[in-house]
Amino acid sequence: MSVDLNLPTYRSGTDLVPSLDEGETQTGKDFTSDQEVRWCPGCGDYAVLKAVQGFLPDLGLRRENIVFISGIGCSSRFPYYLDTFGVHSIHGRAPSIATGLATAREDLSVWVVTGDGDALSIGGNHLIHALRRNVNMTILLFNNRIYGLTKGQYSPTSETGKVTKSTPAGSIDHPFNPVSLALGAEASFVARTIDSDRKHLTSVLAAAAAHRGTSLVEIYQNCPIFNDGAFDGLKTSGQQGSDDGGAIIPLVHGEPIVFGTDGAKGLIRDAVTGGVKVAPVADVGLDAVIVHDAHNPDPTTAFAISRLTDAGVLHQSPIGIFRQVARPTYDDQARDQIAKAQGGVSGSPEDRLAALLNAGDTWSVA
Amino acid sequence: MLLVLFRPECGASHGACEGSHYRGKDQPRAKGRRTLSNGVSKQVKQLDRVVIRFAGDSGDGMQLTGDRFTQESAVFGNDLMTLPNFPAEIRAPQGTIPGVSSFQVHFADHDIMTAGDAPDVLVAMNPAALKANLGDLPKGATIIVDTADFTTRNLAKAGYDTNPLSLVGDANDPLGSFQVFPVDLTGMTVEAVKQYGLSRKDASRAKNMFALGLLSWMYGRPTSSTIAFLEKRFAKVPDIRDANITAFKTGWNFGETTEAFAVSYEIRPAPAAPGTYRNITGNLALAYGLIAAGVRSGLPLFLGSYPITPASDILHELSKHKAFGVTTFQAEDEIAGIGSAIGASYAGSLGVTTTSGPGIALKSEAIGLAVMTELPLLVVNVQRGGPSTGLPTKTEQSDLLQAMFGRNGEAPIPIVAPSTPGDCFSAAVEAARIAVTYRTPVMLLSDGYLANGSEPWQIPSVDSLPQIDPRFAVAVEGEEFMPYARDEATLARPWAIPGTAGLEHRIGGLEKGDGHGNISYDPANHELMVRTRAAKIAAIADSLPPLEVDDPSGEAKVLVIGWGSTYGPIGSAIRHVRKAGHHVAQAHLRHLNPFPKDLGEILKRYDKVLVPEMNLGQLRMLLRAEYLVDAHGFNVVRGLPIKSNELAEAIARLVGEAEGVTVTLQNDEEL
Repeated sequence: MSVDLNLPTYRSGTDLVPSLDEGETQTGKDFTSDQEVRWCPGCGDYAVLKAVQGFLPDLGLRRENIVFISGIGCSSRFPYYLDTFGVHSIHGRAPSIATGLATAREDLSVWVVTGDGDALSIGGNHLIHALRRNVNMTILLFNNRIYGLTKGQYSPTSETGKVTKSTPAGSIDHPFNPVSLALGAEASFVARTIDSDRKHLTSVLAAAAAHRGTSLVEIYQNCPIFNDGAFDGLKTSGQQGSDDGGAIIPLVHGEPIVFGTDGAKGLIRDAVTGGVKVAPVADVGLDAVIVHDAHNPDPTTAFAISRLTDAGVLHQSPIGIFRQVARPTYDDQARDQIAKAQGGVSGSPEDRLAALLNAGDTWSVA
Repeated sequence: MLLVLFRPECGASHGACEGSHYRGKDQPRAKGRRTLSNGVSKQVKQLDRVVIRFAGDSGDGMQLTGDRFTQESAVFGNDLMTLPNFPAEIRAPQGTIPGVSSFQVHFADHDIMTAGDAPDVLVAMNPAALKANLGDLPKGATIIVDTADFTTRNLAKAGYDTNPLSLVGDANDPLGSFQVFPVDLTGMTVEAVKQYGLSRKDASRAKNMFALGLLSWMYGRPTSSTIAFLEKRFAKVPDIRDANITAFKTGWNFGETTEAFAVSYEIRPAPAAPGTYRNITGNLALAYGLIAAGVRSGLPLFLGSYPITPASDILHELSKHKAFGVTTFQAEDEIAGIGSAIGASYAGSLGVTTTSGPGIALKSEAIGLAVMTELPLLVVNVQRGGPSTGLPTKTEQSDLLQAMFGRNGEAPIPIVAPSTPGDCFSAAVEAARIAVTYRTPVMLLSDGYLANGSEPWQIPSVDSLPQIDPRFAVAVEGEEFMPYARDEATLARPWAIPGTAGLEHRIGGLEKGDGHGNISYDPANHELMVRTRAAKIAAIADSLPPLEVDDPSGEAKVLVIGWGSTYGPIGSAIRHVRKAGHHVAQAHLRHLNPFPKDLGEILKRYDKVLVPEMNLGQLRMLLRAEYLVDAHGFNVVRGLPIKSNELAEAIARLVGEAEGVTVTLQNDEEL
């Protein structure tokens, strides 16, 4: 049996979070805690931290209503460096803690900071279930394709054949593609960005925060100690004077998906596989190029695009918002069910408790 | 059992109570011998207590039948205890021994403490039910058996070469020492409900109501609550509803008119303290206790839980009570159950997670996080037989040491254990009081026997329940917020919830610096924090009442001390020994960590200490370690409650040793 839940749809992920009073302003400094940042020199996490500290004031939310929850790993130290509420929890469990938090309180902006090991290995179950439930939170998945805090073992996103301390003969696991995984897990918002591109990172963060539901943002993040250069194949892409043949496939909603020098390459339908493939725009014509539709209720094309990411060493990867669709959130629905149940009752909680305890077959002894 | 003891004027003599308690419900009945219009003469016998076991195939509705009989007995005013016993399989192969499900109810005209060691009456719906339960019957027990299923095929499934019913009266009658009533319950049911046009299969499914009707007649149970129940339950399927009601009434009338049953029985209502009562199972009482804790603390209740036997009913029940602001979250796994509860507690809710032993194993790391972050949290373990998957539907007390020590690091948590089904209510409120006051995860240790067993429960007034003060932290102008500052009395830290301006802070699983709560790897700080967390839990003992010791003569040399659901069997065994004229003291622990402050002194007062448990001696190990007392164990791990008669023998032996006498118990009757 199923029932029509008949729910209101909120426009923004932060609609119910108290905002600053008029005239009040915040800067990145307001979001910087007094704790010394202890990542390795050159770690990509610094760039993400700076970007987040710089971006949070743009939300215009009260600082005390922002909560960062993390698991275990290098990136999970993140909450200590932000002057908001924060919990540095246990390995892989941050989405479950954030689910309880977001469900209990509609007035909080909830963020999860996690890594490829934390989110995709030990915490894989919580990640996929958060995504399918669509709890209102933003998950920042720092993907450095390596285990850093435990000093350099391969991770569930490492390319096959990776030689690490635990795999001297090369890793034999096939890696996850986090975007494909999230799309398969019914995610309503999936994006990918890069630590070194602050502008793109910030624009994705803004869209993720505005999305009501679980937003998954995969951030390619360089580990200079144990996996240095993992994203170098992408980082020169699009830069002036570079001629890399278009390693980054930028996804912009409503725009044809073209890339490479002067947009010479485009994504077209592959009639044979039903997926998508790269073709020279000059040969196929711009009309044949797929116009990116992040709002498409059907995730099939988004999934097909996600498959263009290299599973091995990265030479090519789509970057941007793959999917962004409105779907009722778990926490809104949970609160709505409670509100509806409470709407029909009268009397003090104590009186209603007494009525509950005295219900059913009772008898009295005089 | 009735937790509240006898009303003084009723305690000495049941006769004195007769006027005020006797019946007054529906179906008034004359006493002695009476003759019906059809000339059948029926004798009415007085009994002080009866143990009935309904047994049948998993699909025969024995749990419902037992539950209805129990409700009728409760409304009638008997004291009672119940013991449902069912397989873990939802539908084990039909007609086989592993598929047998049973429900035992012990009801009496006086305060009783257990569901009974052995049934006086067995209702067996098929050959397997007969065979599986026969070994538990004492000589002279009554067996009412449905003959319909005694076919060659079903007899073979149950492992019978010969139909035992065909041998009744023979020299080698396997049922010779019992009073056997073979009745075609199914055939009569099908005949009685013919008018509703049901298939034979559907019609025969009402046979459990026929059996219930018959037993209700035999023991003079009021019938109106069962009829009302059936009307409600099958409101949408009138044919099924009418068939069940008809079967129930026909069963009653069959007993009234047949010559097969010449005697019916009367068990008077039990005297009880004034008040309003209801019958309640442990899981329902626990769920109500959690709701009450929410109301009395003003905190929204948040349950994060993953379904597991025998704890799931708490999740089911709480999911019905959204009007109390209760959020229930069915998580993807046990870890997410507790994770979400920790998140909700951090947010300012009363976070709860419910599970059984295997689930606790999975939650252990998260319990440690709640210890480190010092957040209020209730962890409910409805214990079952272990290790591993163990015996999912059977009871055991073998998770005490897991509750005490089952975490990495020095991670003490308070442990509270209810002693009876009704006590699960107040134990839940007590666990919440400790969790909120001391900012700590608390383990509430129930078990399968408490969870599914039931007893009459005196409904408390809401005003009598403790108030729980969350005392959320607020910012103080000009003062830096210290998330790990300590309350002087309780050593609790502030509960600083998100959304409170000026209290922005970070917590986590890494060691906290004293006061400021930032990450600290300082050796001296770690030592201080480990000892402070331990001292905080130890300080809870300051808020506990003295341990009650039941030692009426003050001359006992033997103390029997237990915890949890063994309360009933221990109390019953103690009565037995005392009835034989011997002194023995009893104490029962509700708080397993910390122990009551006077426990050590109490233990030293006695020459011998006996610790009965449904495990291999876990409380005994703790008592020996903590107090250097040479405690003896009485340990049973059968997945079933301790039999009070066996325990009484063990107590008697110990009393004999301590006093240098021979103790002979008068009889093996349950008291």
